[in-house]
Amino acid sequence: MIKHLRSAADLDAATATLILDTAAEMAALSGREVKKLPALRGRTVVNLFYEDSTRTRISFEAAAKRLSADVINFSAKGSSVSKGESLKDTALTLQAMGADAVVIRHPASGAPHRLAEWVDGSVVNAGDGTHEHPTQALLDAYTMRSRLGRLDGLKVAIVGDVLHSRVARSNVLLLTTLGAQVTVVGPPTLIPLDTAAALAEKTQVSYDLDAVLPDSDVVMMLRVQTERMQDSYFPSAREYSRRYGLDMRRMRRLPEHAIVMHPGPMNRGMEIAPEVADSPRSTIVEQVANGVSVRMAVLYLLLGGK
Amino acid sequence: MAYLLKGVSILGAAPTDLAIVDGVISDKAPDDAQVIDATGLVALPGLVDVHTHLREPGREDAETVETGSRAAALGGYTAVCSMANTSPVADTAGVVEQVWRLGREAGLVDVQPIGAVTIGLAGKQLAELGAMADSAANVRIFSDDGFCVADPRLMRRALEYVKAFDGVIAQHAEEPRLTEGAQMHEGEVSTRLGLTGWPAVAEEAIIARDVLLAEHVGSRLHVCHVSTAGSVEVLRQAKARGVRVTAEVTPHHLLLTDELAAGYDPVFKVNPPLRTRNDVEALRQALLDGVIDVVATDHAPHAVQDKECEWSYARPGMLGLETALPIVLSVFGEKWDLIADRMSIAPARIAGLTGHGGDLSAGTPANITLVDPSARWVVDPAELASRSRNTPYAGMNLPGRIVATFLRGEATVLDGKAVK
Ligand SMILES: [Zn+2]
Repeated sequence: MIKHLRSAADLDAATATLILDTAAEMAALSGREVKKLPALRGRTVVNLFYEDSTRTRISFEAAAKRLSADVINFSAKGSSVSKGESLKDTALTLQAMGADAVVIRHPASGAPHRLAEWVDGSVVNAGDGTHEHPTQALLDAYTMRSRLGRLDGLKVAIVGDVLHSRVARSNVLLLTTLGAQVTVVGPPTLIPLDTAAALAEKTQVSYDLDAVLPDSDVVMMLRVQTERMQDSYFPSAREYSRRYGLDMRRMRRLPEHAIVMHPGPMNRGMEIAPEVADSPRSTIVEQVANGVSVRMAVLYLLLGGK
Repeated sequence: MAYLLKGVSILGAAPTDLAIVDGVISDKAPDDAQVIDATGLVALPGLVDVHTHLREPGREDAETVETGSRAAALGGYTAVCSMANTSPVADTAGVVEQVWRLGREAGLVDVQPIGAVTIGLAGKQLAELGAMADSAANVRIFSDDGFCVADPRLMRRALEYVKAFDGVIAQHAEEPRLTEGAQMHEGEVSTRLGLTGWPAVAEEAIIARDVLLAEHVGSRLHVCHVSTAGSVEVLRQAKARGVRVTAEVTPHHLLLTDELAAGYDPVFKVNPPLRTRNDVEALRQALLDGVIDVVATDHAPHAVQDKECEWSYARPGMLGLETALPIVLSVFGEKWDLIADRMSIAPARIAGLTGHGGDLSAGTPANITLVDPSARWVVDPAELASRSRNTPYAGMNLPGRIVATFLRGEATVLDGKAVK
């Protein structure tokens, strides 16, 4: 087993599949009366959050607690972090506390890589800057597999601000590793140069959402921040929504079996219409539930739980 | 003290004896001259760096004029041009004279201050360039390095104004609107790492504009740390047209690539950023062709806490003085005429340092670097004389050891050690 999960690129197909299979077992166990497993009793998991992300933190916290780990939440607010303590000094503190795993969310790309040099425990990337969010990609893959029965050969469109999206990067890497065919879709300003060369050679690029939809098994809508308008990535929210938003008209272009995903939080009316988000094709609520099982599997496997 | 370098190879030529008497190179040594067995050693004119950050005043925790001078001497330098981005900024006669005086007191290399182009490097209003030129520091190179003089009108005026005292503007070519938040070279690797890209065109656009401005007003332009293949083409065309432009390349841009950012270790963060293999090849060829005139270190010491952190929060810059010649040797081999020109003669000419960059003939000032090209050494950050440790070459095995450095006939380095 790998020691850290800093990037979806840390996972080969066998390891990723093991995590998904383990997550399925975790989900089955969690469904029972007794929600706690003793697997990580006596182990310490630190949630080190430099960004507000209640949903991700709660998901990791629930995962660790269901495995009976001791959980320490170390958030930027109200701790020495906000007083300007360096990541290295914080790492040394966590080291002294005997952290077996550190789950880190950080606004700077690569912060988990730095942290891994300074602590002995496992490092789990819970979102770093505009880089990656590998457990999100794992829960997305898990959701696709449970809805559609497979990942190999699946056609997945990832739509929106790929340039700034850690969800997109991790998904392109992981889904390609697992045999899916990924197309990234968005305005050229938000699709990074050399996407295929940079991430996965098989990745396709399209600027035309309508053309991609009829041949997609999965369409994943990314959150688009309206502030990007100020930097001239697109002219207006209205134009963005018209060209790249998923509304009912566009959803009808999808094949019958196709699903609609969104990592949340959504801008309803911007990248996704409310009636699409709430439709039976939408997996958005499932994604949240699956997040806990997948994170249980990650912590369990990284920490060598028995 | 007089010296006799016995059996020395001047620029790779057949072994001969070279005498140093009363600060100048001489045909004959007196009987009491200290004899140095220079068998197998190569003598070069003392190296000259047109781009050094000595950090004093302001960041004496990272480097001082004295520690930087020692690093320079150990790297074979006899003169360095210290950049103006200190605190306070070297934008007045007072500050440049202070740095110049500190250099004299350290006495290890000639420290030639560079003056800021604009007050506080803010890019708004010209600093008193004439006052700095007329000061004891005798400033001839002006630069806002760290920042680009982005306003085209201000750049035009600066280029024109310094003609009165044969000054030159050294431009840090970076269109600021194209590099907002930039962290590394824009390309495959930045996409993979999720770091904001610094596109090559942001450098090339400014160089293209500036060579046109320099041509228009008939002034001299110097381009700092050229880093892209596209910039080389712009310079090649400008030089062919007869524009008075000179350019420098750093050792790190001649050797390292953006792939090194993959581990997010900010020791590889520098501005302009490390580029691609294709850029490295183009820069090497440009230095060989003379399209790029000089190798300059852009020696940029940083305190530990400014590098042991997240990539995006780290300061850009790398140490360079003690490794420059070995890097150039490892890239180009023992091309001694090329090395002497690009690392001593041409930089001395650009900086107007008349006592430096000589031809080692009798009667010229004895600014000499003595190199053992067959010695190899492993870079250990802790062993460097700089106050900082941010070398990107840690653990590398490099050719070429500086055995001795002479500044106007006085040894600043002997047996590979600084004399003070
Ligand atoms: Zn610069």
